[in-house]
Amino acid sequence: MQVLHILILSLVGVCGTAVVLTRDPRSQVIGLSFFGLVLACMFFVFQAPDVALSQIVIGAVALPLMFMLTMARIRRNIEEQAARKRQQQTKGGKVV
Amino acid sequence: MNPRFRRYFFLISCAAFLGLFVWALHDLPPFGNYRGPYGDILNHVAVYERHVTDVVTAVNFDYRGFDTLGEESILFMSVIGTALLLRPQKKETEAPDEEEKKLQHAMDESERRRAPAASDAVRVLTLALTGPLIVFGWYVITHGQLTPGGGFQGGVILATPPLLVYIAGELETFKRITRQEFVEAVEAAGIFGFVLIGSLGLFARGAFMQNVLPLGETGSILSGGTIPLLNIATGLAVSGGFVQLIYVFLEQTLEVKLRVRKAK
Repeated sequence: MQVLHILILSLVGVCGTAVVLTRDPRSQVIGLSFFGLVLACMFFVFQAPDVALSQIVIGAVALPLMFMLTMARIRRNIEEQAARKRQQQTKGGKVV
Repeated sequence: MNPRFRRYFFLISCAAFLGLFVWALHDLPPFGNYRGPYGDILNHVAVYERHVTDVVTAVNFDYRGFDTLGEESILFMSVIGTALLLRPQKKETEAPDEEEKKLQHAMDESERRRAPAASDAVRVLTLALTGPLIVFGWYVITHGQLTPGGGFQGGVILATPPLLVYIAGELETFKRITRQEFVEAVEAAGIFGFVLIGSLGLFARGAFMQNVLPLGETGSILSGGTIPLLNIATGLAVSGGFVQLIYVFLEQTLEVKLRVRKAK
């Protein structure tokens, strides 16, 4: 095993741990994207360029995008409920 | 289950897993030592038998092409499943009444929701990248038999330009290029094309996925017989599937924007 192999493997380990330890979902998704990129580099170093190409687009772009969009949708739902509640309260003449 | 118990449970499971993991690692063959015969055989015969220089593509689209058909169907089915789950509900497609409209208006206007308009730098970068990415996607698809890459990788790359158009803030253009009938047709054509090209072998030689077309000259873009055609079919199916996936997710997120325009 060469130095490069050990280096990239430990980088993958560090990035993976960092993603798990991040608490804020939004930062976590950005971290996940970076982790995907490092994973692609690892595949490339271990002579699997075909897998690396797929990993770049799936792991670094598509997967984080799906997470981001899902979170945006969840936030929208929460805001919609809050707005509806506010509207009902003002319509009923109640003081908030 | 209190937090303390949970932590102990986690640590004990971790220790057990670590033990088994180290035990399993102990029995692995040494690094870089490949014991199976198939990889070595294929590395030697693929170039002569199939006139391709990327053995991985030869395995994916010829020797084990039937597996790829299965993988492609998995992607197809998961896209269909996601689209089915995320389809607009009846409540969402009905024209919004006055009260709903007011609510939506209030939400769109609220400070926190308003997305900042794409800056000039983002617009220039994304629009400048869109064209090259389409070319690069097709390059990766059509050169699958020569260099790393192929239908899957190129297909996903081809699905990113519509996303860039969206990031640039061109919502109208995004909707025009991701028209559902068109994207669905591309996806279906890809899957159907794969089966059709596979059936060529069935009718000509009696075996599904048999490579029946002339193999061409090794190293040229038209080498590999049916391999480049299967790559193109896969590329169409994958790019159609991914654009579809991006569309249904965006539709959920941008429900208001897409729906209000539809109601007009």
